[in-house]
Amino acid sequence: MQVKNEADITLTINGQERSFNVPVRRNLVDFLRHDVGLTGSHVGCESGICGACNVRVDGVVVRGCLMFAVQADGCQVDTIEGITESGEAAELQQAFLERNALQCGYCTPGMLMTSLELVQSGKAASREEIREELSGNFCRCTGYHAIVDAVEHVMERAKP
Amino acid sequence: MKAPNFNYCCPDTVEEVCEILDSMGSDARILAGGQSLVPAMNLRMASADLLIDINRIQSLKGISLSEDSQWVRVGALARHAEVAASPLIAQHVPLVHKAMRYVAHQAVRNRGTSCGSLALADPSAEMPACAMTLNATLVMQSKKDGVRTVPAREFFFGLYDTALREDEILIEVRWPCSGKDSFAGFDELSRRQGDFALVGVAAQCHMAGARIDHLDVVSFGTGPVPQISEQSVQAAAGQSPTEELARELAVLVAGEIDPDTVPNIEIKRRQAEAIARRVLIQMFQECAHASQE
Amino acid sequence: MSSEVKVPTRVHSSPQNLVGRSVPRETARRLVSGRGRYLDDIHGGEVYHIAYYRSPFARAKFTLGDLTAAASSPGVYRIVTGAELAEVCSPWVTRLDMLPDHVSPPEYALAIDEVYWQGEPVVAVVAKTRAQAEDALDAIEIDWEDLEPVTDAKLALEPDSPLAHPALKSNLALERKLVRGDIDTAFKQAACVVEQDFSFGRQTGVTLEGRGVVARFDPRTEELVVHQSHQAPFQMQEIYAKQLSMPLSKVRVLCPDVGGAFGIKLHAYADEMAAVAIARLLAVPVKYQADRLESFVSDAHARDAQVTARLALDARGHVLGLAFEGLFSFGAVSLYPRGSVGEALQLLEMCGMAYKVPALQGRVRGAFLNKVPTGAYRAVGQPLGSAVMEQLLDKAAATLGIDRFEIRRMNYVVDADLVEDSDAKLRGLSLHQCLDAIQAEINYSQLKQRQEELRAKQVYRGIGLCTFVEQTGVGAWLYGRNGVAAASKESVRLELSASGEVLCHTSASESGQGVHTGLAQIIADTLGCPFDAICVRTGDTQSDPVGGGSWASRGLALGGEAARLAALDLRRTVLSVVAAWKSVDIDRLEIDHGVVSIKDGEVLCSLQQVARAVHYDSTVLPMSPPPSLSVERSFTPSKKPYFIANGIQAAEVEVDIETGQVKVLDFWVVEDCGTVVNPLLVDEQIRGGVVQGIGAALYENCVYDETGQMTNASLADYLVPMASEMPDIHVSHITTPEPETGLGAKGVGEAGTVGAIGAIWTAINDALSPLGVTAQTQPFTPDVILSAVLQQG
Repeated sequence: MQVKNEADITLTINGQERSFNVPVRRNLVDFLRHDVGLTGSHVGCESGICGACNVRVDGVVVRGCLMFAVQADGCQVDTIEGITESGEAAELQQAFLERNALQCGYCTPGMLMTSLELVQSGKAASREEIREELSGNFCRCTGYHAIVDAVEHVMERAKP
Repeated sequence: MKAPNFNYCCPDTVEEVCEILDSMGSDARILAGGQSLVPAMNLRMASADLLIDINRIQSLKGISLSEDSQWVRVGALARHAEVAASPLIAQHVPLVHKAMRYVAHQAVRNRGTSCGSLALADPSAEMPACAMTLNATLVMQSKKDGVRTVPAREFFFGLYDTALREDEILIEVRWPCSGKDSFAGFDELSRRQGDFALVGVAAQCHMAGARIDHLDVVSFGTGPVPQISEQSVQAAAGQSPTEELARELAVLVAGEIDPDTVPNIEIKRRQAEAIARRVLIQMFQECAHASQE
Repeated sequence: MSSEVKVPTRVHSSPQNLVGRSVPRETARRLVSGRGRYLDDIHGGEVYHIAYYRSPFARAKFTLGDLTAAASSPGVYRIVTGAELAEVCSPWVTRLDMLPDHVSPPEYALAIDEVYWQGEPVVAVVAKTRAQAEDALDAIEIDWEDLEPVTDAKLALEPDSPLAHPALKSNLALERKLVRGDIDTAFKQAACVVEQDFSFGRQTGVTLEGRGVVARFDPRTEELVVHQSHQAPFQMQEIYAKQLSMPLSKVRVLCPDVGGAFGIKLHAYADEMAAVAIARLLAVPVKYQADRLESFVSDAHARDAQVTARLALDARGHVLGLAFEGLFSFGAVSLYPRGSVGEALQLLEMCGMAYKVPALQGRVRGAFLNKVPTGAYRAVGQPLGSAVMEQLLDKAAATLGIDRFEIRRMNYVVDADLVEDSDAKLRGLSLHQCLDAIQAEINYSQLKQRQEELRAKQVYRGIGLCTFVEQTGVGAWLYGRNGVAAASKESVRLELSASGEVLCHTSASESGQGVHTGLAQIIADTLGCPFDAICVRTGDTQSDPVGGGSWASRGLALGGEAARLAALDLRRTVLSVVAAWKSVDIDRLEIDHGVVSIKDGEVLCSLQQVARAVHYDSTVLPMSPPPSLSVERSFTPSKKPYFIANGIQAAEVEVDIETGQVKVLDFWVVEDCGTVVNPLLVDEQIRGGVVQGIGAALYENCVYDETGQMTNASLADYLVPMASEMPDIHVSHITTPEPETGLGAKGVGEAGTVGAIGAIWTAINDALSPLGVTAQTQPFTPDVILSAVLQQG
């Protein structure tokens, strides 16, 4: 078992296998933004509170600022760019656009990651429950009402 | 805020972890969920010469029922999200199931672990309060002493201070199974959804017919460690689970808060009494309803 | 060439009418896909990163020790001190010509010998990565002698108080009075006098994207290029040129996508100035972005005032007089270049403005303190003014037994009362209509009935009401006249390009409001081109027409009018070209969907064909020299210093008197911002503003201890509103077009915040009134609520 200060990692990012060498202290969101060049995930607090850095690792949404890139070795990482390209987020994104559920757009990638996980969970949610699910994503611009509308709209349509 | 420099290793076994802790002590830190450690490192309030990433240790994963069905094992790598979704926890440890709703937010729950929360022992956290209420068993391992267990009520010493030694790793928590005559209650007062509690109450009531056999009420966010209300244990034994009793007990719970540990005792007691009363009324209603059937 | 261009056919029978429609934002498509381009996303090759050693003390002297350990820390390029930086960057002092008594201490890019607030940048580490820069901070040797800080505004104004800064003669930063009528008689004659104290906590903007700059100085061309997350690029161009002694023509400022601004990114900050000065000094590209911890102790702070106020009324509830005093806690310097005085001055100017107040006496004072400098943040003082007046009116209504709607109705200012010239700006408000509308909307009688029922069960609900009038589209009075080199006009340059696209360069900057979509709607309707053919650009001093940027709710109100005027000009130009080209009388021509035709007649050509003719083949045109297809127009109010918008907000809350928790159950806004160019975008601006107001009322407070340290400078402890606790917000409109412009739009960016704070104040106090409890300290945390309840009980 090696003790290292930097690491060679290989991981699947948005469906593509890539290899990098990183300092072990580089966190996942900084790695994605600067080493991989995927600037869609954002940094807002670096303490796990605001959700701007939310990305998906091995199928679940996590705080990108609270994982080190080295921990993602061998993992599947999906970012806003990936879920856009694949069309996975298309319905939510369209709903956000139509409802103007974003203004400056800085919280939006993280908000979409959280919303997508909620929509895909298949659980039913009232407006209050949607608010609860979104309560880990800080938005300063919208006041949340429009975001709740957009997510609710997509969840309604997803009902069987 | 970027984390300070550190060295990193990712062992495959608990034994390897124990080996390192034995030689490095507090210069090494365990990285499990990282939801408390990494923010502290980013803020440069915590650092380590060596970070031991335990996330690949298979033996630490999983939630399972003991062979004798007396307790549920939650491994050190069981995420909050897994615990929240676990049918075993829902069925056998309803108190923990109820508490999960208050733990942080989904993205944090997807990585954070119950054992991590227990090892940190934040006084406003939900898991230590549940552990105290149920007197769960904490299981730790070291090179020196192998595996040893500590009951929760002997585990929490003070603010962020537990029985877990520098050379030990917490490998699992064992939640005692609540039988069908047991009822759980949990509520907390927090400024916003998912925030740490200003004041919280966890309770478990074991019924004998229409009467209370044993009641444990724990308040948290009210001092350096979660606090069992000893007076409530006494006062409730053998009583009917009535609203009147709930009100009495709530006063007792609030009264036991140590004024020296909180900035404004009058406010804290008022809040604690309100939360305790609401939890107990709700729980006693369930007790009473069930015993009528 | 013309064979490449399709001959247009008329396909649309009716003209598009985009103004007034909820057109989604084109930019948003890019942002939802993660293709935003914020400051830290800009790749431009190697940059060095800056981390600052910031003062841990509110007031201290320091001596720099040996910096070689820090300088040789891995990855470090240079350590830069205040003394070094002062060689390329002069200090600055905020001065406002119209307030000669407001004397601010000077501010340096990096501190020299002394510091005046916790968080003030002292030493800069320039390194290959931000992490390495931060590592080096620990190695900086610095000796501190901490001194007694001034942290309390009241104490600061006492004669024996230490000074917050040695350059000051006193800590009194501002004192201003407003007197009208005979206030003493008013209070003597009053049948009813109500009074209250108001404490407004210290708030900050918490933009999700921190402030930041990327700066490059090229010694070959001696040009400075700064990318900055900012609202006013021309202002910053001026400032960098001035502070670095460079010609304006050699300084270029660009603003990329901005992740939230709200006034916080309107100011000139020492840390950003230092970064730019370092780029100049070292001639290497540098990047600096404030992280979350830094933001709390460097972003402009706001609000932070103690107000006492009294209202005098006759027996029937008519207001006879209003007297108020406000004491504001500033920071250690007056924030540059607009000053820290806005919040106080706006309270003075705006308190009671919606009402007939025959006698008024107001006084505001500001104190310099050893805290983070204060400055404009969304709504600037106006929320305080509305909260004070509305709270007093409610108290009076309760005392006199008058209905809360009635007391407002009878006291609102009406046109007939507005005799002075200076009152002309208040003409044509829709105060009564908004009041009637909201009374119906909230179903007030039903809310009151439920309130009564629940009170019997010791559940305390409250209904809040807050009328507001606000300044929007603020013009040149406040800036140029004050000696502040900030343009307060907004400008638009339209160019018809050879592709048929209409390029719109504008000074009206964007941080999520959607002002560009609004401009495109206006241009499309006025010019007659397709919406999709318009490309709006902003955020580059090299190519934008000079103008302000975005603040004081001006983007669409002023920029939109400039766009309308420019589009009219361009339309006239295009039609004159076509008239000459096709030998048709100009009055018979029209443009619609990019096609020029004879009215009810044949199609003549497309805009693209016109452009190609003018640009590439003007031989077909009987015009010499060839006409210009580029027009530039500006607009700023001239008949008055600002537009006035009005509205009213209502809130239903539930106060738990056992836990102290306040829940906002429901919220309504009736807004009159004149012509609504895009309801979707306007309503969302309102909602966002409301939540920032609720945040101030319930959660947000920069907490300082007696040593001048901010004790809650993190997102874990400074509480911002999150989704679970916020209500749905119902928005409706009354529309009274702004008379001074053809567009008729007033600004709306701040409206939500202006009224929300007062709506919560009055709601909480309505909830607690049966207990005889007055809540008067914002934020209304559980501790504040319970302290008030316990005190009464």
